[in-house]
Amino acid sequence: MDGIHDLGGMQGFGRVQQLTDAPPFAQPWEGKAFVIGALAARIAGTNLHAFRHAIERVPPAEYLVGYWNRWTIGAQIMMEDSGIVTDEEVRARAARLRGQDVPEPAPPAPHKPQMPSGGAGNLRSVETPPAFAAGDRVRVADLHPTGHTRLPRYVRGRTGTVTARQPGGVFPDTAAHFVGENPQHCYAVEFDSRELWGADAESFHLSIDLFEPYLERLT
Amino acid sequence: MTSAAEHLDPALRVEALASLLAERGLIDEATVETFIKTYEQSVGPMNGAKVVAKAWTDHDYRARLLAEGTAAIAELGFKGPQGEHIVVLENTPTVHHVVVCTLCSCYPWPVLGLPPSWYKDPAYRSRVVREPRQVLREFGLELGDHVEVRVRDSSSEVRYMVLPERPAGTEGLSEDELAALVTRDAMVGVAKVAAP
Repeated sequence: MDGIHDLGGMQGFGRVQQLTDAPPFAQPWEGKAFVIGALAARIAGTNLHAFRHAIERVPPAEYLVGYWNRWTIGAQIMMEDSGIVTDEEVRARAARLRGQDVPEPAPPAPHKPQMPSGGAGNLRSVETPPAFAAGDRVRVADLHPTGHTRLPRYVRGRTGTVTARQPGGVFPDTAAHFVGENPQHCYAVEFDSRELWGADAESFHLSIDLFEPYLERLT
Repeated sequence: MTSAAEHLDPALRVEALASLLAERGLIDEATVETFIKTYEQSVGPMNGAKVVAKAWTDHDYRARLLAEGTAAIAELGFKGPQGEHIVVLENTPTVHHVVVCTLCSCYPWPVLGLPPSWYKDPAYRSRVVREPRQVLREFGLELGDHVEVRVRDSSSEVRYMVLPERPAGTEGLSEDELAALVTRDAMVGVAKVAAP
């Protein structure tokens, strides 16, 4: 989906934050948020791709509040989808924790998705031979799926060069929606900065890993 | 959760979710504590620093690390979530790699732990794929025109770690002393390792 999460190349966010040696959790609730998100896929009977897609569906204003906020809301959305909790329950419980005497709604009936898994992790062997090899020139497909994808906007329609074949893996675009692992070949594709950002761009190369369905052979 | 919903304080949301999940037997205090302690104490950039120091002092290890990152890193006992396939990128006086995840916050947990705040922030994610030299300058790293900048966007399950340059004047240091010099920032590629 063309959401707020797809940040590559957007302007207006100002200077980068200072580098610090800060520990992972600035406050205790952040550590607890991390664990809820880390366990959410297991609790909801889903997978990593579904969790990423849930975070993508966090409303944009909430997404920009901060990392652990969007992480927690993403975990909640995924658990709502599987009937583990409802937003009404969470809000009622929050109100009670604040000392308000509000009634709590009944919990939902769980309905976890069913999708056969080819095993642990996300790397998979792919039956079909790879369509591309290092050195091939490719154009990135101009796809705009409404669901999950790992194809960011800023490379769509651009021309690059395959520099390496990466391990094949579960295809996020289908796995996130529980319609199959659909393993795909994956390639490191390199772009010249001017192909992405025009003639006045800084001089650099950008490399990104793209699954085979995102690529078209340049003829 | 809808876009019209009123913002809930995130700490309160976490508390509410945790208490509902605990009631349903889906989460427990001991598991929460174990996770937090693991990523606060055992899994962090000190692991990656050991990998770097070994690569600086052991030529054969360095070759294995650059050829098969995941296996070479596992030799030191580092593996686990977000480390299924780790590729190590070597920075040199003429090539500088820097790593980002524009779509979320992918990061090589077994060697670097959880990502720092600046790595997950929209400013870094939006800008480093578009104006990396300017972003690095803001972080305090000025690269000359003779240095080729290579940005890696972590969009698949491959995770990237940078092998920074060994600073001059460190010839006599032990592996442990070298590891103490290596920073998280250098292993993402937004800084160099400073001489002691």
